[in-house]
Amino acid sequence: MKTTETPAPVPAESGVPVAKTDAPARPPRRADKEGTTLNVFSHGVLVIWAILVVMPLLWAVMTSFKDDSAIFGSPWSLPDRLHFDNWSRAWTEANMSDYFLNTVLVVGGSLIGTLVLGSMAAYVLARFDFPGNRFIYFLFIGGMSFPIMLALVPLFYVVNNMGLLNTIHGLILVYIAYSLPFTVFFLTAFFRTLPTSVAEAAFVDGASHSRTFFQIMLPMAKPGLISVGIFNFLGQWNQYMLPTVLNTDPDKRVLTQGLVQLAVSQGYKGDWSGLFAGLVMAMLPVLAAYIVFQRQVVQGLTAGALK
Amino acid sequence: MQHGKYRFIVGFLALPLGLYALFVVWPFIQSIYYSFTDWTGLSPEFKMVGLDNYRRMLDDEIFWKSLQHSLMFAVVLPLVTISLALFFAFMINVGGRRRKGGPVISGVRGSSFYKIVYFFPQVLSIAIVALLFAFAYNPDSGAINSLLRGIGLDSVQPLWLGDPGLALWCVMAVLVWSTVGFFVVLFSAGMASIPADLYEAALLDGAGRAATFFRITLPLLWDTVQSGWVYMGILALGAESFAVVQIMTTGPGGPDYSTTVMVLYVYQKAFRDGQAAYATTIGVALLVVTLAFAALVMRLGRRERLEY
Repeated sequence: MKTTETPAPVPAESGVPVAKTDAPARPPRRADKEGTTLNVFSHGVLVIWAILVVMPLLWAVMTSFKDDSAIFGSPWSLPDRLHFDNWSRAWTEANMSDYFLNTVLVVGGSLIGTLVLGSMAAYVLARFDFPGNRFIYFLFIGGMSFPIMLALVPLFYVVNNMGLLNTIHGLILVYIAYSLPFTVFFLTAFFRTLPTSVAEAAFVDGASHSRTFFQIMLPMAKPGLISVGIFNFLGQWNQYMLPTVLNTDPDKRVLTQGLVQLAVSQGYKGDWSGLFAGLVMAMLPVLAAYIVFQRQVVQGLTAGALK
Repeated sequence: MQHGKYRFIVGFLALPLGLYALFVVWPFIQSIYYSFTDWTGLSPEFKMVGLDNYRRMLDDEIFWKSLQHSLMFAVVLPLVTISLALFFAFMINVGGRRRKGGPVISGVRGSSFYKIVYFFPQVLSIAIVALLFAFAYNPDSGAINSLLRGIGLDSVQPLWLGDPGLALWCVMAVLVWSTVGFFVVLFSAGMASIPADLYEAALLDGAGRAATFFRITLPLLWDTVQSGWVYMGILALGAESFAVVQIMTTGPGGPDYSTTVMVLYVYQKAFRDGQAAYATTIGVALLVVTLAFAALVMRLGRRERLEY
């Protein structure tokens, strides 16, 4: 989406393709004064909220460089020196490296699985007429509004009986299953917007259905796959409830779980500075990725709600 | 196009649908069935007990507390979050100073900066956000109380999460903090697609900012607001409230059950107390509340769709 950073005489926010060079009439004079006070007021409010958002994050970064006594003694003071040892302690002794690795494995596997399976199902549902099409579609969509916790009680035993409890691949399969509703919903709508003529031409030329899908339709659906991929990546990377229930083995913990456990166990170990270093360590890669891919992330996350 | 069509359909649907049915649909059906049994979750044996669990639930004081808190989450959180977000989005997109020769409606300077910053919490895990704020709320050494001391408010040192009357509000504030940015961006996108002519016409008629907002922006944005409301409500009843309450409050569930929510109560009954059947009963109640909430918002918010 467009933003008006430049005061160009183009109504960039309007989304109207034709640039209007002149406003049809000047607004009434008195509006100018109102505009000025409003401008000050709106800027003030916006700046305050920006500070409220950024301050806790900066505070966390700052705290991660302090030693324990400074954290408790004077929460707002700057660190006396940069205690990088907090970070190395968190990485090795507090197992942050293991948590990162587990998270990368789980999210990597689930993301690929979600996109492949989700686009296959969505393509069939969007492009083929067959008995039960609507039913299956609504079965998938229904999963978006049901409270997952209700299913998690029996799911724990289903997963346990299959021998998948506390395994990385078990967690991957569950992540995929719970990511499918939104993915199918989003990609079905996306596949419907793609032109049919290209696929038909490929089919006339003798390509099979699956070849048409993998070689023609998937590349065409790339923008949609990127949006829904970012959505799922963040959702799965930040997932807390599913691993808390289904992944209780300390060695298999993912980042969010590991950090919470770390916080709980600090009551005994008392390494708060290491914990803060761990928190910041988990925050920074996602924030950095967001700043780099800002436009795509915002599109991916808001795409679903706008449909 | 017909050749091999059904084989293809079955081949492509089998895996996703099978996985979905096994891990999502089947557990949902099972859990409704289990709510009529006395299954503990610890042993495979159980028998049907009819409506016993539901009767027990109606007499369970903690259940009523959790229901009350969940309802508050579903009503207060979207209300506060969406109002704030609408206000910020309007300021960002329409609150700018009118410049000579410029467009009639313009955003404030640096609008894209605000949108980037406001969105930060949205990309962080709610678990990490909850941990961070649990420290900030710490009454002795937390950032908030020491800030209050720093500006001379030594007498104002609330216990925050330790105060039964305050804990729930503290938890809700964290959810507001983390979700406002998402809605600001969502509503900004919606506002950007409102044609400028409408604003121009309103200004010609002498409408002020407030009138412009309530007569033009809000009605044209209504669909987005409504779906945002449902989305936020479902989150507030489910995963998000579980994470914040479980991580931030003591117990978990707060002093004197002051922050317990339905989703946390389900979890505790099933995985802490070994009462899986009773847990699914509360889960069914949560399902009813969620669906009723969504239906209510869709119904109350129904208006004639405005075309523009």
